[in-house]
Amino acid sequence: MKPRPPTGRRLMDLMVSVWSVISALLGIGALIWILSGVIIRGVGALNLDFFTRLPTPPGLGGGGLANALLGTLAMTVVATLLSVPIGLLAGIYLAEFGQESWIADQSRFSANVLMGMPSIIVGVFAYTLVVLPLGHFSGYAGVVALAILMIPVVTRTTEDMLRLVPNTLRESALALGAPRWKVTLAVVFRAAKAGLLTGILLSVARVSGETAPLLFTALNSPYWFSSLSGPTPNLTVTIFNYAVSPYEDWQRIAWAASLLITVSVLAFTLAARFVLRTKQ
Amino acid sequence: MSKSSPLTSRGDYYFKWLSAVCAFITPLLMAGIFFELLSNSMPSIKKFGVGFLFSQNWNPVTEQFGAASSIFGTIVSTLIAMVIAVPLSIAIAIFLVELARPKLSKTVGTMIELLAAIPSIIYGMWGMFVFGPFMAKYVQPLLQGTLGFLPFFQGPPMGLGMLTAGIILAFMILPFICAITRDVFQLVPNVVKESAHGMGATTWEVTYKVTIPYGLVGIIGALFLGLGRALGETMAVTFVIGNAHRISPSLFAPGNSIASTLANEFTEATELIYLSSLIELGLVLFVITYLVQMLAQYMLRKMYKSWSVGL
Amino acid sequence: MTSDTLQPENLAAPYYDTVPGTPVPKISVRHLNFFYGETQALFDNNLDIAEHKVTAIIGPSGCGKSTHLRIYNRIYELYPDFYAEGQVQVNGLDVLSPKTNVMELRKKVGMVFQRPVPFPMSIFENVAFGLKQHYRLNKSETADRVEKALKGAAIWDEVKDHLDRPGTSLSGGQQQRLCIARAIVVEPEVLLMDEPCSAIDPLSTNKIEALIHELKSRYTITIVTHNMAQALRVSDFTAFFFEGHIIDFGTTEEIFDRHSLLDEVPPKEKLRELLENQPKYESLS
Repeated sequence: MKPRPPTGRRLMDLMVSVWSVISALLGIGALIWILSGVIIRGVGALNLDFFTRLPTPPGLGGGGLANALLGTLAMTVVATLLSVPIGLLAGIYLAEFGQESWIADQSRFSANVLMGMPSIIVGVFAYTLVVLPLGHFSGYAGVVALAILMIPVVTRTTEDMLRLVPNTLRESALALGAPRWKVTLAVVFRAAKAGLLTGILLSVARVSGETAPLLFTALNSPYWFSSLSGPTPNLTVTIFNYAVSPYEDWQRIAWAASLLITVSVLAFTLAARFVLRTKQ
Repeated sequence: MSKSSPLTSRGDYYFKWLSAVCAFITPLLMAGIFFELLSNSMPSIKKFGVGFLFSQNWNPVTEQFGAASSIFGTIVSTLIAMVIAVPLSIAIAIFLVELARPKLSKTVGTMIELLAAIPSIIYGMWGMFVFGPFMAKYVQPLLQGTLGFLPFFQGPPMGLGMLTAGIILAFMILPFICAITRDVFQLVPNVVKESAHGMGATTWEVTYKVTIPYGLVGIIGALFLGLGRALGETMAVTFVIGNAHRISPSLFAPGNSIASTLANEFTEATELIYLSSLIELGLVLFVITYLVQMLAQYMLRKMYKSWSVGL
Repeated sequence: MTSDTLQPENLAAPYYDTVPGTPVPKISVRHLNFFYGETQALFDNNLDIAEHKVTAIIGPSGCGKSTHLRIYNRIYELYPDFYAEGQVQVNGLDVLSPKTNVMELRKKVGMVFQRPVPFPMSIFENVAFGLKQHYRLNKSETADRVEKALKGAAIWDEVKDHLDRPGTSLSGGQQQRLCIARAIVVEPEVLLMDEPCSAIDPLSTNKIEALIHELKSRYTITIVTHNMAQALRVSDFTAFFFEGHIIDFGTTEEIFDRHSLLDEVPPKEKLRELLENQPKYESLS
């Protein structure tokens, strides 16, 4: 076999290295381009009115998204309260009891698949499950959709974090005569605290920026947020509605909302990683 | 004679039972989603049969619906995204694992992960107001000028359309493929890489001939994962794909995807058959995604030898 | 250290039912077999552990010493594939019976592990944890018992001013003494120690060995160790394990003399010979 000239191989290596660096730059560049675009267009419209006023018809100006803020907050909180206990308990089962059982295998597989499921499909499901029987859109349907999105994330990170806790810790607690459930909740949980919190923060981050699952569940509303039993105002669907509208002042508000959401989601994500890093 | 049982008290029995129920909720949800999608698509399935998948019709007035243009758009935009994202992801993974120093790798790695954290609707906003016009002003005329003889680059350069959607999708799925590829690269034992280096191979050759083959199954799994993401992406695509029920050879032309159709038309669908057809579209997307995810899980499980797969 | 009341007659056989008139042992093991899935790890173990004495379990690594010890408090049940057959009694309590309340068992039989594993809590909470599982005590009662346990573990003076610091802030040797305090706070009858000094520094090892000497007046101690010199220093009786079998048992002096354990560990062939020549144990009754 004819030996390749060393310079050819080195050249190839160099080209690949250059391409790698370029790719990394492209990735970073895209991030900067997007973030700067959002900041530039959003920061101007992010004023006190935005946080305190109701939406106004296009052209009038002076409107805000106070109701949407509350709505998003409310739905995110309720979805979290619904999904976190289920996710934690499911993760506990997978890590502590179900190493090899059939339920455990099915559960893990489904959790992984569900995490890759388009969120709009989850929205359709929530529609058929809640909106159709009730006969109207509601924040509850939105909450159900969001919770479904959060459960597998919390489950998987809980399982992963609990598995990292060494068995010697469990043995030490069991040897003192503690029942298994206490060992899990009082000792193992405490040891995995940081990781569990990270999982929860990450799932909240993911879901607070979601639009598709709310499009036909919570819908949207221009009125004050009062309850989840009807169409519920929220930031993300508002962005969608305002952005595709032909009105400039509405588009500006959409950018403000976009900035707010981007900053929150990124803050949550970074906070989650920070929690994990400092505790280790 | 005591066969092990980790239960030490009554409380344990309930605890294990309760946690098992919660673990079972996820498979139950999956089954439920499939069931609901199927049963609510029945009117449309009965009316249009298999032809639904191949028909380009989409007329709410005459109540004739077909999935062809949506399926076409989903596949084409995803394909474009994969063609762009895969080489980029692997190259970035090489950068993070083989080329960059640990601190730089961590920083760049975090930035790439932030791309994944940005919500879909933000990509959509940016796509429609920033990237779309950019495409229309610079990129598309350039493509048309140089490669305009190809049917792909013909038609008015509106900025919104299949190509733009594909490119944005690429950046959305890039961090997923990259993260797993990076993990796979790191899983290859250092001794294997070092012995290859020791034989005089360049970094690229080690990657190409040793690392990638070693981790091929995992990398393919990563690709399927990215594929699955791209297929279901909704808001970003809805903003930039143009939303037209047409199949066109041109990448500049507007089209739609299953997800964008659902996003745009679901609340408009007042007649049962309209709604049912939309839900049938959802069913198609569900099935495609499920199969892709299944393949991805299978491959990744082989690589990691466990179910612990990244998001 | 010799025992005046017990005279061994059999090799590798428990004393008590072969020598009439001897006191009832604290722990009594008969025909114990232990399995890990399809693999058998312990073969027909027969053993008696004397009350208020230290019994050492020695043998080459991987011979089943820790496995045997971990049966006394059924801690192996954490792992689904393990199971035990035979009879193990602690003060008359049938350890292996499914009817036995295993939490009560673990109150009677405490354990100190090879690696000190403080809970992710304060020093005080670490020690109080065991109390909470079995007693309803008010704050001052709890504080008293925690103090007593920490004193009993010879670590009170070192931690009394910062009981709220996390358990992990202590040094290795201190952590192990904390774990001992944690184990004795519930006032068990038996204390199992699984190579308690193998992961800590020599100075702390000395402290713990001195502690064992003190503790045996209140507890029955069974200690697994791979350190022959340590076994000689701390124990009254020694059980010699090899490949899941007990190949000899007697007072520590006898065992060490008989097999010249201080000079060097006998080679595997010698041990195998011993195993084959061992008389099969038949219970008197």
